[in-house]
Amino acid sequence: MSVPASVVIAGASAAGLSTAETLRRQGFDGRITLIGEEVHPPYDRPPLSKQILSGTWPDERVWLRDEAALAGLALDLRLGARAEALDTGAKVVRLSDGSLVSYDELVIATGVRPRRLPGTADVAGVHVLRTLTDATTLRAALAGSPRLVIVGAGFLGAEVASVARQAGAQVTLVSDIEAPLSDVLGPQLGELLVGVHRDHGVEVVTGARVEEVLVSGGRAHGVRLAGGHTIEADAVLVSIGSVPNVEWLAGSGVEVGNGVLCDQYSQAGPGVWAAGDVASWHHPGLGERIRIEHRTNAAEQGMAVARNILAGEDRSPFAPVPYIWSDQYDLRIQIHGLPRGADAFAVTEGSLADRKLVALYGKDAQVRAAVGINMVRPARAARALVATPTAWETATAVQEGVTP
Amino acid sequence: MHITIDEDKCCAAGQCVLAAPEVFDQRDDDGIVVLLDADPPQAQYAAVRDAAAVCPAAAIAVQE
Repeated sequence: MSVPASVVIAGASAAGLSTAETLRRQGFDGRITLIGEEVHPPYDRPPLSKQILSGTWPDERVWLRDEAALAGLALDLRLGARAEALDTGAKVVRLSDGSLVSYDELVIATGVRPRRLPGTADVAGVHVLRTLTDATTLRAALAGSPRLVIVGAGFLGAEVASVARQAGAQVTLVSDIEAPLSDVLGPQLGELLVGVHRDHGVEVVTGARVEEVLVSGGRAHGVRLAGGHTIEADAVLVSIGSVPNVEWLAGSGVEVGNGVLCDQYSQAGPGVWAAGDVASWHHPGLGERIRIEHRTNAAEQGMAVARNILAGEDRSPFAPVPYIWSDQYDLRIQIHGLPRGADAFAVTEGSLADRKLVALYGKDAQVRAAVGINMVRPARAARALVATPTAWETATAVQEGVTP
Repeated sequence: MHITIDEDKCCAAGQCVLAAPEVFDQRDDDGIVVLLDADPPQAQYAAVRDAAAVCPAAAIAVQE
């Protein structure tokens, strides 16, 4: 199989950059076009809800690579231009600036955008958090200790609650589930996190659906919940999940559903690949199709795609142990594997009461995930039980020091 | 090859330890990366490049 002459990467965030860097590291010296909708050089998103929102880092600190490192990649870098249409027959991508870019291999890394509440896109005081501009706008809104309502208690909502509280805002966290992150981490750690947020003065409203954002004079002044109860606020953050950016692929023949539908090699069709938040691929180890919107996966999948592009027939399935971390107050939460949908739970080190622990999650009698709270090394050790399929009984028995 | 670490950026993921256990470790208390060998032997180059690439906080810089 011959090496391609040109690779076009649509999306210049972590996954796109990782693909470009890996291609170069592997010796690819053809043309690499990296297309980014934003005008900024590739930057990192996890610090947006942490160091950038709190103001502890200058904004430039999120650049993933400095100017020299970026120049060293010899990219055909198209910033401020969006991939708008794809012709897989002619192998051409059309950009929003009207230019056409041809490719031998295309990598789709166009990511996701925040879901919004209907009718709130242009309302002052309603925020989402995905881009650097979103983060600096929300940071400005946090000055002056406002009343902030956060709609949605996933990782993003919970992290912002933590930062906003420490910045002096009066924070209400509204979730339609029973506890922050309980849909991912289960009721035990969900409850632990509710307790942590309440201890820090956050009002946590659970099992509540936000029906509408209250607006007067073009400005948000609160939210109304199903049932009629209202919560007054100066600012509203909507963090209710994301939508994959796949609309530009309409009519291209690339199959999309919840993301770009790929096989186990992250390939979506002849000459077309996907990486990062937008990629929905068949994970051979889990035996199911997944899409992961987390930072580590973006880097790992970008690397995997670059290698497979150059590997020809020797390509490898992409079967990572997914990794997520979240910082909330003084808690560092680390998740190896996929706890969502588990049917067994056990704390194997530390305790819920101490808020310092390692917990295992099982499904179908196998360990499926290991979660650590402020126990970094033990959590990494427990990852081995996820990486190599381990029977639930064996793992929990050994961990507790009980002879089976 | 010379490795430098930005400890402030490190998020304690430990992905670098998984990729290159002879070059990286983590502190016991907070999991921040510990550099075992800033100038590793050539046999470690590929693993170190992977570790830097997979670091979810872009905390590892490699000069070659």
